[in-house]
Amino acid sequence: MNAPAKLPRWAELGLLPLINLGVALVLAGLIIKILGESPLAAFKLMATGALGTQEGIGYTLYYATNFIFTGLAVAVAYHAGLFNIGAEGQAYIGGLGTGLVCLYLGTWPFWVVLPLAVLAGAIFGAGWAFIPAWLQARRGSHIVITTIMFNFIAAALMTYLLVNVLIKPGQQSPETREFSANAVMPAAHELFAKIGITVVATPLNLAFGLALVAATGVWIFIWRTRWGFALRVAGANPAAAVYAGISPPRIIVGAMLISGALAGGLGLNELMGSQHRILMDFPSGAGFVGIAVALMGRNHPVGIVVAAVLFGALYQGGSQLSFDLPKINRDMVVVIQGLVILLCGAMENIFRAPLTALFAHVRAEKGIE
Amino acid sequence: METYTLIVLLMAATIRMATPLLLAAMAGLFSERSGVIDLGLEGKMLGAAFAAAAVSATTGSVWLGLGAGILTAVALALVIGYACITHRGNQVVAGMAVTIMVVGLGPTLGLAWFNLGGQTPQLDGAGQRFTSLVWPWAETAREMPLPGLLYAELLSGQNLLVYFAAALVPFSAWIFYRTRFGLRLRAVGENPHAVDTAGISVNGLRYQAVIISGVLCGFAGTYLSTAASSGFVRDMTAGKGYLALAALIFGKWKPWPTLGACLLFAFTDALATRLQGVALPVVGVVPVQFILALPYVLTVLLLAGFVGQAVAPKAIGVPYSK
Repeated sequence: MNAPAKLPRWAELGLLPLINLGVALVLAGLIIKILGESPLAAFKLMATGALGTQEGIGYTLYYATNFIFTGLAVAVAYHAGLFNIGAEGQAYIGGLGTGLVCLYLGTWPFWVVLPLAVLAGAIFGAGWAFIPAWLQARRGSHIVITTIMFNFIAAALMTYLLVNVLIKPGQQSPETREFSANAVMPAAHELFAKIGITVVATPLNLAFGLALVAATGVWIFIWRTRWGFALRVAGANPAAAVYAGISPPRIIVGAMLISGALAGGLGLNELMGSQHRILMDFPSGAGFVGIAVALMGRNHPVGIVVAAVLFGALYQGGSQLSFDLPKINRDMVVVIQGLVILLCGAMENIFRAPLTALFAHVRAEKGIE
Repeated sequence: METYTLIVLLMAATIRMATPLLLAAMAGLFSERSGVIDLGLEGKMLGAAFAAAAVSATTGSVWLGLGAGILTAVALALVIGYACITHRGNQVVAGMAVTIMVVGLGPTLGLAWFNLGGQTPQLDGAGQRFTSLVWPWAETAREMPLPGLLYAELLSGQNLLVYFAAALVPFSAWIFYRTRFGLRLRAVGENPHAVDTAGISVNGLRYQAVIISGVLCGFAGTYLSTAASSGFVRDMTAGKGYLALAALIFGKWKPWPTLGACLLFAFTDALATRLQGVALPVVGVVPVQFILALPYVLTVLLLAGFVGQAVAPKAIGVPYSK
């Protein structure tokens, strides 16, 4: 009786996140009610806006692509026991790498540009994660604080580069010139057209496929490789890891490099896929949505993809709100995002204890030991 | 003489910028010394800024606005406390969550209540803002040589919250190092088990610390929307909560050094504004972004142990379970 009862796996991975999400949505509904609109109407609008049309689905998956990359980035670090708040900055700098390839090598054939752009994004993102990682591993600097600081430093650096160095000559807004056509990610509707299916044009592009590949890669890495095992051991119990001959500093640096590289994937979707230039603040908070996505997806690639699509739907559906309900705008989505992080991340214990007790009770009733 | 005037004006700008930083950093100091990481500073400030401006705009009283700001920030602090102290949740996640929630909630409520695209109405009525207090003979003193200008620009001409922030530093130092409460607060951040053994409630102390942090964030947010500007606009904290956190770390979790860090960070900000596009001798035009990034770079260097050493409270971030 005293042994800490555990939840069944399906409840831990499925039921508990659903309860947390449900409570977050009920709270969001309450806020909408206070604002004087009908919560049901609002949620229905969001659902149809995000999933009711081809265009809605395209935009939903396009947003989800960014969140898959950043969610995976947060999750890999999390498995190593690290909290990477710096995905935003890593995505920003990683996008710079992708963008530079597209700008200066963009005239090469697409199938040469693509791997180079992927590689550059990964290297730049990993590079930006390396310094906080090294400082944590060797100097004991708290990685949460250093990654926050690096987000601000990245923003300052990018502003400098865009305003003073990379800006297209003769224009006011701090943006680069447009990528050449070879450095543009094929859009989904173009790919579908090739096999004879006509779909509505949306920003959804090949990067979504790359994000799914990344998710599969992360799954294999974390659960099917020696290295991934070492990473999980170091994250779960650093003392045991040392005893098993695993070097925690190496794990910290390695995990953060992978994390930063994954965050660097955002530029493939946002810059190569949609904007076709480097511009100010293009990650626009996706690094922080990644935290919500990883927490809700229980740091599992499958969960992350599901959670990312859900958040993509929230972002797409949220833009629908402001058109039809005059008292609500897109900011409501950010409120829901905050509530999800709060309930799935910080308050998960609130429902775990009663749920565990309930399951124990049911088991006792059934006489199963 | 010209240079002297410039320096005094730079100092005055530093003080105006340092005030919200200092209030937030002192807020974080109480929370973090008790062992609770305060990543919610940004959110609590932003929430208070909105509440203060909204209430001041509707009631016409900045004092009611201040009250609303404090209440809002304390309520948010209690959400963090409930998640992290009572339910032993992750403190970093809780702080982030509250901040993100408030970033969305401010403009959402603003739009629904005032219909101005997420802002609050301009605070231009009498008594809707904290305005500068002009000390006796300030105008006469301005005409006088050296000390006169200092008196007119630095001592006089600030609003009440600036003086409050300045007084807060010695007061906090006194609380931390000269009172029983302060001793217990520091102890609970270093070794909560010892505090518990002494028969003092760890959670009780941490709740008190978190509430104090909320109150001070209330002042900081109110300063932003009713003293430094006239109304709430979206994202008006613009990272000041994280800068305050950096100042607190740069100040090694101690009141007086934290004041020094706040002044230094505020000075870099004032300097960046001044130096925009100005060519300096030897180095030429220094990009403003580099000056603005300086506080963050310095904090990272400090955390890495390259400039001095900052030792965090030992039990910080660790939920207490008996």
